[in-house]
Amino acid sequence: MSAVEHATPLLSVDRLTMRFGGLLAIDDLSLDVGARQITGVIGPNGAGKTTFFNCLTGFYKPTVGSVRLQHPQHGTLRLEQLASHQVARRAQVVRTFQNIRLFPKMTVLENLIVAQHNTLQSASRFSLAGLFALPSYRRAERQAIDKAVDCLRRLGLLEHANSAAGALPYGMQRRIEIARALCVDPLLLCLDEPAAGLNPRESGELNALLKHLAHAQGIAILLIEHDMSVVMNVSDHICVLNYGRKIAEGTPQAIQRDPNVIKAYLGEEEADELSSGEKAP
Amino acid sequence: MTTLVMQHPPQTAATRLQDATRVAAVALLLGIPMIGLTTVDQGGALQVASRWPLLGAFVAAAFFGRLLLRYALDQRQHRRQTRPHAAAGASSALLRRIGWGALLIALLLPVFFSDNRYVVDTATTVLIYVMLGWGLNVVVGLAGLLDLGYVAFYAVGAYTYALLSTQFGWGFWQALPVAGAIAATFGVILGWPTLRLRGDYLAIVTLGFGEIIRIILVNWSELSGGPNGITSIPRPSFFGLPFKPAGDEATFAAFFGLEYSPSQRIIFLYYLILVLALLTNLFVSRLRQLPIGRAWEAMREDEIACKALGMNVTNVKLSAFALGAMLGGFAGVFFAARQGFISPESFTFNESAIILAIVVLGGMGSQLGVVLASLVLVLLPELGRDFAEYRMLLFGAAMILIMIWKPGGILAHREPTLRHQPPVAAGASQ
Repeated sequence: MSAVEHATPLLSVDRLTMRFGGLLAIDDLSLDVGARQITGVIGPNGAGKTTFFNCLTGFYKPTVGSVRLQHPQHGTLRLEQLASHQVARRAQVVRTFQNIRLFPKMTVLENLIVAQHNTLQSASRFSLAGLFALPSYRRAERQAIDKAVDCLRRLGLLEHANSAAGALPYGMQRRIEIARALCVDPLLLCLDEPAAGLNPRESGELNALLKHLAHAQGIAILLIEHDMSVVMNVSDHICVLNYGRKIAEGTPQAIQRDPNVIKAYLGEEEADELSSGEKAP
Repeated sequence: MTTLVMQHPPQTAATRLQDATRVAAVALLLGIPMIGLTTVDQGGALQVASRWPLLGAFVAAAFFGRLLLRYALDQRQHRRQTRPHAAAGASSALLRRIGWGALLIALLLPVFFSDNRYVVDTATTVLIYVMLGWGLNVVVGLAGLLDLGYVAFYAVGAYTYALLSTQFGWGFWQALPVAGAIAATFGVILGWPTLRLRGDYLAIVTLGFGEIIRIILVNWSELSGGPNGITSIPRPSFFGLPFKPAGDEATFAAFFGLEYSPSQRIIFLYYLILVLALLTNLFVSRLRQLPIGRAWEAMREDEIACKALGMNVTNVKLSAFALGAMLGGFAGVFFAARQGFISPESFTFNESAIILAIVVLGGMGSQLGVVLASLVLVLLPELGRDFAEYRMLLFGAAMILIMIWKPGGILAHREPTLRHQPPVAAGASQ
């Protein structure tokens, strides 16, 4: 269906189902995410988008189905079988949260250093090399700081490096969360509504950033977003969920014309009235 | 009531009068049955009598008292608003100076009070609590795990030393690391089942753990001597030189050619706990700047975010429990060696509560705050001895006042573990 169907996608979700008691949150969802691509996941509230993310990143164990990731070093990894921290550590699939989850009392720089915990922790050799500040540890710490500073500079956050993260404005906190996720060296970055609460200028900057990350840096991005100006602009591929089911999939242009999608978003009657008025530039 | 009052903006005299009238009306309403009417025994039968003048005085007192309270509170709020927002967070340079000053005083204290056993003894007690506070700070202040049973690890350390020394003749320095390791093991034993618990739930489990340890000590008489405890625990020696009157063996006094005096041991114990506490401080301060310490703080801030960043939260939690317990165990060893006698009496929940109060009152995570809070919590009851039975009342009132005055603890300021020093010409790059 889509123009860019890769031979082996980076991530392939196969017949994923998540059931909470009687509630079917995700129903038989299959989806491929290509490398170097931005894949948008949209749908009305309660469609199961965040649940889908929680299944991918190990916070929920899906009832049925599999999530396979083609890792350049570790081969095929079954994400649904990994513990949540292993999803980030081993599979390098990193997520952000709909309601920002920074470490509010720590500084922005510290937030980004915590993201490099595993590298630094092994450099500190059970904290012993760290306790005595051995050169090997000091070097690793220096590198971690450089990496964090570099990341902050790219996202225009450097001047706030020493401020407490929780004290900064909302839009900035969103960017810090992305910066922090980037410090884990993600193969796949899962962003849960990164544009929520951003003003038009900020979401414009976000668009540019996402495109840069995917196309220049080769980080695949899975994007949940309600802001259509972001989704339609940046996504290479869009998947639409409604009541846990995939109702459409394709390029942004195709999605905008899809009658099922219009129906899901606008309801039956309005969709008929507006049948062709929905086409965005 | 005061909290309600304080939320109002400052008011004019008229509104204040109005407010006081309302309060007086309530006082009148309550006062009629409680003060205005009373019963008197008249010839075997109860008669209702009235006390209107007294009621009048009561209502008047409520009226003027309220007026005065309002006025005082408004004045205070006014002062607060007009005062420039200075001293919002005491600067870190000042704090460092206070820290060094406190260290200097601690080092010189026995020199000035060498013949005052009471002062040195009390200072030793303060230092034990400082060390316990620094240990618990790892668990509560940094990792954010509310532990109400910390005294259990203190007890494990104390009993380990007591048993190793009385049964196997181990010395203080040999037993110290072993006791620390055993206490750390107990920390992990507590940590495992509570991995998924947070906040109040964790607090209850840790509370139970503390009681379990104490009750085992009371009941397992073969091991712990039961309620009678363990007596004649050897005192620590100065690198093998005991503090005794000169005899056959080499003693501290004889070796250094000094006159024997019992205060030598007291002062030695003081310096011993000072060194242990300082090492604890150094250790914890350094850990805080390492990945493990930052992971503790990050976990306190948001555990889910930690997982999403690939952090193994289980290890982070267990390490906090284990290291906190180890430090508590060290303090326990010192306690046993100092007292020469231990029993389960010394390890009640009350102790846990005081150590926790030290950490919270000092400002969670603040090392210097723990010192100040220990001073307050140990010295207040001592200074309050003149007040006899009102001592604990005073103590409680002081704690409440501190928490009203500084809700985040005495030193709530958090010092970042690392800073970005921008090269001179770095500005906004984009």
